[in-house]
Amino acid sequence: MKRIATCLVALGLSTGAALAETAPGDVQFDDYGAIEASLTGTPGNAEEGRKILTTKSMGNCVSCHAADAYADVPFHGEVGPWLDGAGSRWSAAELRGLVVNAKMTFEGTVMPAFYKVDGFTRPGDAYTGKAAPADLPPILSAQQVEDVVAYLMTLTDE
Amino acid sequence: MKINKMLSTAAALTAFVIATPVLADEDAELVINGEIEIVTKTAAPAHLDGHLSEIMSGWRFRSDDTQAMEMDDFDNPGMLGAEAGFEQFETVMGSEGKSCMDCHDGVESLANVRPTYPKWNDDKEQVYTIQMQINDCLTERMGADAQKYDNSTMLNFEAALASVSRGMPVNVAIDGPAQSTWEQGKEMYYTRYGQLDLSCANCHEQNYGNMIRADHLSQGQINAFPAYRLKNAQLNGAHSRFKGCIRDTRGETFNAGSPEFVALELYVASRGNGLSVEGPSVRN
Ligand code: HEC
Ligand code: HEC
Repeated sequence: MKRIATCLVALGLSTGAALAETAPGDVQFDDYGAIEASLTGTPGNAEEGRKILTTKSMGNCVSCHAADAYADVPFHGEVGPWLDGAGSRWSAAELRGLVVNAKMTFEGTVMPAFYKVDGFTRPGDAYTGKAAPADLPPILSAQQVEDVVAYLMTLTDE
Repeated sequence: MKINKMLSTAAALTAFVIATPVLADEDAELVINGEIEIVTKTAAPAHLDGHLSEIMSGWRFRSDDTQAMEMDDFDNPGMLGAEAGFEQFETVMGSEGKSCMDCHDGVESLANVRPTYPKWNDDKEQVYTIQMQINDCLTERMGADAQKYDNSTMLNFEAALASVSRGMPVNVAIDGPAQSTWEQGKEMYYTRYGQLDLSCANCHEQNYGNMIRADHLSQGQINAFPAYRLKNAQLNGAHSRFKGCIRDTRGETFNAGSPEFVALELYVASRGNGLSVEGPSVRN
């Protein structure tokens, strides 16, 4: 389903609001860095989000964040806070803002922006060391951001 | 409200750590061959006031096994490069029929070089790295071809030069004519590069001692270069390391030997003023 939607958008065939994606430049943050509206209108898939969060070639959040919730994944980073309980500490809108561009919540944070395509110094073409293409894609797609947010919302305190 | 969240985050941070790789003994001391004492931790130079109070060699952040390999020249594969460098030093190269020995009294006579480079070159009116100087000797004095930056011949020369300076304090000049280059390097150090928007300081000043996935972040010092890396089983130059670190920010890198990396090398070297020269070192 997600694949089909992405293909339709890529082909310029998207019809109707359900398939409309908010482009990185059009995202609306509130004063605290939260993003109320879903980027895709399609609910996120938490299981997919867990995969994105813990996979090097995807979100690779685990390189900086540890959590008991994904203790099965080796080598958790210590650069950012533990993510257990993030779904209780933050609302979905706040988490969406953190994943899209954490600098809108935490000024100057080392956490990268995952749905942003401009305003960088010497952006590269992924990890090749070469210059970025003119149409640099965001690190995560709009739906991947929604998937990560859905997973984070499952990390509640009990 | 935000404050509450930060507090609970801090609480979460104190929980135990899961599945980390073998960690370094950050309090170990380095003595090479049972005789060369290496300063791997000391007070930071004055220009780092407000940034770092203590400076530490990357050696302190490596695993016990990797640390041990550097404690004996027979176990340090980087010393093979240094030996090759000694041989190169005595080898006639180029149209003039000369070796380095025609102008210098052996590698040992150049023990002041590694601690003080990069350094202002009066004739060339720019900051010179060791490799730039070696290329001048090769092309202008010996009639030989220039070597490519960070190639194995260059790194062997550098390893030989470093090896005779081990234990001497890094002491690069940052004032006088070198100052503007130093400032350029400093600005680069704090520039956030690439799509991940990360500066050298984000990882090596704010987060040294922390794990970033399976890597234990050091202060990114270059007192120990060239470094033999177990990962690629060869000597690696500082510029190649810089390149890898900028690439890892999803950034467009600069080239080894570029004026930008010369400036960055001077600045990063100056952050290690007071640590011992340690190369050729062993790293993972
Ligand atoms: C390079 C390091 C780094 C990466 C990669 C990273 N983060 Fe973060 N993150 C941080 C830091 C540091 C903070 C703390 C904010 C601050 O004070 O700067 C943070 C804060 C957060 C918070 C709020 C913390 C809490 O629980 O209160 C969440 C949620 C979060 N990150 C999720 C993610 C997700 C999801 C990803 C991947 C898509 C990710 N992070 C990738 C460094 C990182
Ligand atoms: C995304 C994080 C990150 C950034 C940004 C980064 N580095 Fe690194 N760097 C690493 C990691 C990981 C290592 C390997 C472990 C270590 O020694 O810290 C490393 C190693 C090094 C080393 C080798 C140290 C030794 O003793 O072997 C040097 C030198 C270095 N970095 C310099 C720099 C410079 C200069 C910059 C900026 C141009 C930079 N790094 C930016 C992550 C980073």
